[in-house]
Amino acid sequence: MTALLLIEQTLNGLQLGVMLFLMSAGLTLVFGIMNLINLAHGSLFMVGAYCAALFLEWTGSFVLAALLALPATLLVGLIIEIVVLRTLYERDHLDQVLATSGLILFFNEALHLVGGAEALYLDLPPFLKGQVKIIPGSPYPLYRLVVIAVGLAVALGLYLLVTRTRTGMLIRAGASNRTMLSALGVNVRLLFTAVFGLGAMLAGLGGVMAGPIVSVQSGMGENVLILAFVVIVIGGIGSIRGAFIAALLIGLIDTMGRAFMADLMGLVMSHTAAQTAGPTIASMLIYLLMAGVLFFRPQGLFPPRGR
Amino acid sequence: MKARTIALAAAFALSAALPALAADKVKIGYVTTLSKGPAAIGKQMQDAVELALDHLGKKMGGLPVEIVYADDEFDPEIGKLRSEELVKKDKVDFVSGFIWSNVLLQARQPIFKANTFLIGSNAGPHELAGKECSPWFFSTSWQNDQMPEAMGKYMTDAGIKRVYVLSPNYPAGRDMVAGFKRYYKGEIVGEILTPWPQHADWSAEFAKIRATEPKPEAVFVFYPGGAGINFVKQYAQAGLKDTIPLYNVFTTDSTTLKAQGDAALGLLSTMSWGADLQNDANKRFVADFKKKYGYIPSFYAAQAYDSIMLIASAVKAVNDKIEDKDAVRKALKASDFASVRGQVKFNNNHYPIENFYIQEVVKDADGTYDTRIKGTVFLAHADSYGAKECKMK
Amino acid sequence: MERIVTIAVLIALAAVPLLASVFDAPFYLDLFGRVMIYAIAAISLNLIMGYGGMVSFGHAAFLGLGGYAVGILAKEGIDSGFVQWPLAIGSCALFALLTGLVVLRTSGAYFIMITLAFAQMLFFLFTSLAEYGGDDGLTIWTRSDFAGLIDLNDGASFYYLIFALLLACLGISARLIDSRFGMVLRGAKANERRMQAIGFPTFRYKLAAYTISGAMCGLAGALLANQAEFVGPSVLHWSRSGEILVMVVLGGMGGVAGPVLGAATYLLLSYFLADLTKHWAIIMGPLLILVVLFARGGLLGLLSGRRAKTDAP
Repeated sequence: MTALLLIEQTLNGLQLGVMLFLMSAGLTLVFGIMNLINLAHGSLFMVGAYCAALFLEWTGSFVLAALLALPATLLVGLIIEIVVLRTLYERDHLDQVLATSGLILFFNEALHLVGGAEALYLDLPPFLKGQVKIIPGSPYPLYRLVVIAVGLAVALGLYLLVTRTRTGMLIRAGASNRTMLSALGVNVRLLFTAVFGLGAMLAGLGGVMAGPIVSVQSGMGENVLILAFVVIVIGGIGSIRGAFIAALLIGLIDTMGRAFMADLMGLVMSHTAAQTAGPTIASMLIYLLMAGVLFFRPQGLFPPRGR
Repeated sequence: MKARTIALAAAFALSAALPALAADKVKIGYVTTLSKGPAAIGKQMQDAVELALDHLGKKMGGLPVEIVYADDEFDPEIGKLRSEELVKKDKVDFVSGFIWSNVLLQARQPIFKANTFLIGSNAGPHELAGKECSPWFFSTSWQNDQMPEAMGKYMTDAGIKRVYVLSPNYPAGRDMVAGFKRYYKGEIVGEILTPWPQHADWSAEFAKIRATEPKPEAVFVFYPGGAGINFVKQYAQAGLKDTIPLYNVFTTDSTTLKAQGDAALGLLSTMSWGADLQNDANKRFVADFKKKYGYIPSFYAAQAYDSIMLIASAVKAVNDKIEDKDAVRKALKASDFASVRGQVKFNNNHYPIENFYIQEVVKDADGTYDTRIKGTVFLAHADSYGAKECKMK
Repeated sequence: MERIVTIAVLIALAAVPLLASVFDAPFYLDLFGRVMIYAIAAISLNLIMGYGGMVSFGHAAFLGLGGYAVGILAKEGIDSGFVQWPLAIGSCALFALLTGLVVLRTSGAYFIMITLAFAQMLFFLFTSLAEYGGDDGLTIWTRSDFAGLIDLNDGASFYYLIFALLLACLGISARLIDSRFGMVLRGAKANERRMQAIGFPTFRYKLAAYTISGAMCGLAGALLANQAEFVGPSVLHWSRSGEILVMVVLGGMGGVAGPVLGAATYLLLSYFLADLTKHWAIIMGPLLILVVLFARGGLLGLLSGRRAKTDAP
């Protein structure tokens, strides 16, 4: 029974992990290549979920709504890049923090006005609602398996894009030495816009997929944003591979901590004390991990070479 | 400028010399969340307050009423600053509202210090019910523990033997669990306190519930607001809703039902009010509310409506002499108004003694989700702190 | 120009209690008192961020720790400010010293995130302290008692105490920056390796600056807890750290007065915009973006004709 529980929790951790990866992939690329700290990345996550919910109301089809939400988020991402962020690439990190936190305020309130004050409804179509008996005796929600599958597929696609294509080569080059890249005559501006758009769309996809699981409301992107930053810092800024591994690591550790910490601590202290202390330690776990990793590897686990 | 200053100073000197200057209007400060995530709740309360004013003809006793709304921005510090502004700058006669326990607890001090009555219309922290009870505080909602107490009693009476309990790991969450245990006589086979407020995924907890042997017969939860939306959706997605019945407090209400959809259908919760509660005041309130705003009011709205009606009854009882604070307190304590919650009296700590009902989520003919009262759990139920810890009479 | 702005802002702040008593508007003492407390927190952050290049995204931890030191002592029956305040400042200095040993190994974005990590741990710790209010927070029934020296319950006295401490913090940071210590700090920001090559143990200097900054923010925390008569975990939430950061950048890191200007602008603007409309964020957000796009070096840079560099005092 404990083994089964462990398998199920591993799946849960994987699912959280791939979700975090979708958020972190764009963040780490934008940070690594354009040297831009984009706090508004969480807003794009939220825009994705909002678009899906609004399109669902409009079209009545979840799949159609999800497919429409992606280009919509891409569009929003491109607009922010062109209007605000483009001028910030050469600026101080702190200017970027200030401007993008302004964007957060704006988007939270704008979506509040568009979608109303209440949380929006975003439910699954019947064919995604069921459970699968993947582990004997305990049915697992089909949709979560779909999330894992989509996440892994996106990760594979990104891997192929980065390692096998010319665009990918430019992205890698940009992550290790930006100045050299533009000196070689590459249209850096276009590359930046493309990378930002890609990142925005991935965040949007994360939002769309999270929509049926969490509540779609203003401000929903902020906690995910913090976790995504933890992921990219542990993984090493600019590294897709690092982001992927760190995302899964965080997903698994967070889930396992929540599942077993209270019981584990119950072995060494009273039941009530463990019930209170367990969740506290569990919430601290990922931050402890981050502090630990950075203590031994101040550049994260997989810092891109050349910098 | 200078002349005005002197005139002002003279006026204030005069007003200081004549403390019993009669009021020419009733000024009420209403603190709630109007921006950020939980603004939906604040809007319902604001709508209800406006409806109450309509019903009162914008008058309390013989005095016109002015409401100053203040937005706490879901932040205790801002809530405190705004309350300070209400009593010191706007010089209101009453403060009402407050959705959140932590905002209320931080904001109460300046209000009490200014000798201003605070009519809480939602948050019901145990601090204010017990050792820190105040002659300046009245509540038209409930004390946090009362709701899970009712659920504990209901589930015991329903013969449910084994329950799994889930709640956020913060004081209100722990109060809820404590209240539940006070009246639940069966066995609690498992109890998980989840981190708050960032917890958004219960898959790990569901796996544990499923793995519990012998199987729990029911799950009891407390997840307010957005967390409740997440929880209920995920509980249904995990396929648990049909195998282990879910009982809740504060998790399914009209602010969350739209987003929860079918996942909430059939769930049971306890409350001290329902839109289908049969009394004249409530029938009028619900009908007019639906007519004016086009949606079904939640308990947040009902309690906000009652807070204004309670103040109105007190103003009338003291014949507009609201500067006589002792008389106002006596009039408030009498609770002599037609509450939408039916018969309500105040306990010694000024929390209500009222009925508690079991409610089920249903889908109306037009597709909107709503709750229906299935039965009464408690008649005239008093909170468990007043008699024990509060020294007021 | 900066000098004129600084003096004008300080004179305005000094005049608040007078105006408040003339117009019988005691509320403004609370409003501007809060502004000055956050200004102290912003000055403390500017000390390491503006001059040492250490961007802390966890400064609210010190605000909370200082506040909880006061709150917990008050709850245990120790009301004396002579005990509470040194302990608040001391515990923050100690926390900064110990975490500094870890966080200063990193730099750039890694530094940002590791400071956040420690602040988050503290946040979860205080959230779980049921004994001291947990998530509900802790009410402080009596303000710090200074044995008749000054009465914090009197609005104007408390206000002037905050004002005096603000001046002191401004003075300390100005003196520090112009001292040899400050030169090393700024040198390390510009080129740490070169400073090490010349023979300065930059790590120790940075650690000292980080500790001083933490202690100063702890003072702000003690003041905030006293003003609010309350301390709760929301004080050390990461969004509060973000707000302090925004205040510093908004005001401009070019000079000692920038953080004061930034704190005042940010808090007062959001306060008055919220009075105007509940959708104030939709105005505030673009305003922040405009400041970044059109005013290099924040508001201070704008006022002094965009000349302010992030480095010169």
